[in-house]
Amino acid sequence: MVTAEQVWDALAEIPDPEIPVISLVDLGVIRDVAIENGCVRVEFTPTFLGCPALDVMRDAMTERVRELGAEADVRVISDDSWSTDRITPAGREKLRASGFAPPAPRAAGTATTLVQLQSAVFRCPYCGSSETKLENIFGPTPCRSLRYCTACRQPFEQFKTI
Amino acid sequence: MNERARLLLELADDELVVGWRDSEWTGIAPTLEEDVAFSSIAQNEIGHARALYELVARERGTTADELAFDRSPDEYRCARLVELRLPEWEKTIARHYVYEEADAKRLERLKQSEDADIAGLAAKIDREEAYHRMHAQMWFDRLEGEPRFTSALDELRPLLETGRDENTSDLTELWDEMTIVRRSQPAGTKW
Repeated sequence: MVTAEQVWDALAEIPDPEIPVISLVDLGVIRDVAIENGCVRVEFTPTFLGCPALDVMRDAMTERVRELGAEADVRVISDDSWSTDRITPAGREKLRASGFAPPAPRAAGTATTLVQLQSAVFRCPYCGSSETKLENIFGPTPCRSLRYCTACRQPFEQFKTI
Repeated sequence: MNERARLLLELADDELVVGWRDSEWTGIAPTLEEDVAFSSIAQNEIGHARALYELVARERGTTADELAFDRSPDEYRCARLVELRLPEWEKTIARHYVYEEADAKRLERLKQSEDADIAGLAAKIDREEAYHRMHAQMWFDRLEGEPRFTSALDELRPLLETGRDENTSDLTELWDEMTIVRRSQPAGTKW
């Protein structure tokens, strides 16, 4: 019989479909794994609601659990329990190492403001300078903004804080 | 239809239709940055619509796609503001500003709902909408006092809470466009 620990290990091997350097466990989207009557129940919290990767993630989890010889019941939990603060420290470091600036921590209870985005507190993932500026609040996927580092003259993608 | 379903459908229809309208700038916005912005906003809004339709679908034993695309145009509950096809940039920005401002108030109310599913989803949606509001505010600050923008605001603001029980020909046309692929498939096609 499969154990919850084996399931967690297996899910930790599934890459994010759009940012494959980090896994679904690094991303913090798996809220709970429980084994009930031989069925593996996975509680999955979407990141951004319009993200097309969500269906791919769900299918990949079902498939991975099946490879362990169990049936999966992947439940999508559309409440407010995921935020970018759920990305693990290991996940943040993997993002940075591959050129995505990890999200800034969310200020308690408040949404990010334009003034914060326009301030120079965001570090370039390439050279570490905080001499960076906002180019576009939006980017190539719902989770990213675009910034430019004036120190090393490198544009980069910044994970949005939500 | 109960009050809960009606409320959720109003919200979902607004988000679906405004998302389609935003997506009309994909490829042709005045600048590349705005092309990216409106395309991304459109994607978010349609994602919100899907999650909201799913809440209604669960209660009514149907699916989000059926609610989004299989109703007749006169069953849509969206406001006139989002129905209009607005090829003018200043009107697009005015609608964006008026819509996001009103949507923020609506989400604030829904976050306090006693219905845990509604409150939770509203809070989740609001995290993303914060970025739409920043974008709308940035444009408002840039265009404030410009005569064309001011008159667009005056023209569009009254349309915010009108037309939920009736539709414009703009919506019928949009319905035709957004359901054409689905209608062209034989019954029972899996999506």
